[in-house]
Amino acid sequence: MTPPQRQRRSPQEDPPPQPAQDKKEAERPNPERLYVVAGADGNRADLDLVTLIVASVEDPPHSATPEQAALLRLCAAPLSVAELSAYLSLPFGVVTVLLTDMLAAELVQARAPIVRKALPDRSLLEAVMHGLQRL
Amino acid sequence: MDFKGSETIPGPRTEDQLPHTAEAAAKIVIVGGFGVGKTTMVGSVSEIKPLTTEETMTQAGVGVDDNFGSASKTATTVAMDFGRIKITEQLVLYLFGTPGQERFWFLWNGLFEGALGAVVLVDTRRLEVSFDVMGRLEERGVPFVVAVNTFPDAPRYPVADLRTALDLSEDVPIMDCDVRRRASSRDVLITLMRFLHSLAMTGSRT
Repeated sequence: MTPPQRQRRSPQEDPPPQPAQDKKEAERPNPERLYVVAGADGNRADLDLVTLIVASVEDPPHSATPEQAALLRLCAAPLSVAELSAYLSLPFGVVTVLLTDMLAAELVQARAPIVRKALPDRSLLEAVMHGLQRL
Repeated sequence: MDFKGSETIPGPRTEDQLPHTAEAAAKIVIVGGFGVGKTTMVGSVSEIKPLTTEETMTQAGVGVDDNFGSASKTATTVAMDFGRIKITEQLVLYLFGTPGQERFWFLWNGLFEGALGAVVLVDTRRLEVSFDVMGRLEERGVPFVVAVNTFPDAPRYPVADLRTALDLSEDVPIMDCDVRRRASSRDVLITLMRFLHSLAMTGSRT
């Protein structure tokens, strides 16, 4: 029996469309809800699914919305944006908008993710390999 | 999307909390067609109970359409399961099981651009559903390994035949796995790490 045949592709010269543009697409279905949760302000912080968020304050300020208070409580210990989205049952995009305000208000801190680079970090890959071997 | 209020939101269990020393996280994407075993694989290696993040998207061809409070929905919710492995006290690894259709990929900022690499999970009964995913990863320069989830009734091809059929170069690892088994899923991830490491040594790819 012969399996079906694929054809390899090459890396494209043109960069793929920027995620940021498509994020706006993602917001469209529910603009009023976003406004309610996150306020009307424009730009969002550049947050990855695995940016770690840590609370900078113990108690939410009086001005905090219920969502902000819940976020603060959740990230008393470091937690990724993806996990915050999961625990709050809020779409990823909504959580990034909420966090943008909270970062600006210095209620939380963000710890940047490790992203793939043109020249990968070998010591990082070795650390991950060793970590996986312990599983 | 009703918000429950801060007191009723369940957070991570105490034993699932990351230490304060956790400095940064990296991610790996597990991508493949519907029903190929992505969620099972995430669940078998994750140290936490797998979680789900959602995003909403408008359907193609539908313009700006406010459905707030209206009965007709134009938004589609796309869900992605993920798991987590604590590598060291400083480093955390996340695994995302991602739908194969590219139109979903933009929903999550930098899902593939930032990922260390990807696992393409294939089912030999429906090999062709993975073709487009592999092509997209190649176009984006995302390094990947191919893991064949061995379903009992699926055809078994020699790796050489599979490599030819998938038009993959000699260096791209292809392996069998049983995603229900933690050790098997873990070995796939280790193979991906070794592959990424070899690329780092040769510097042949981005």
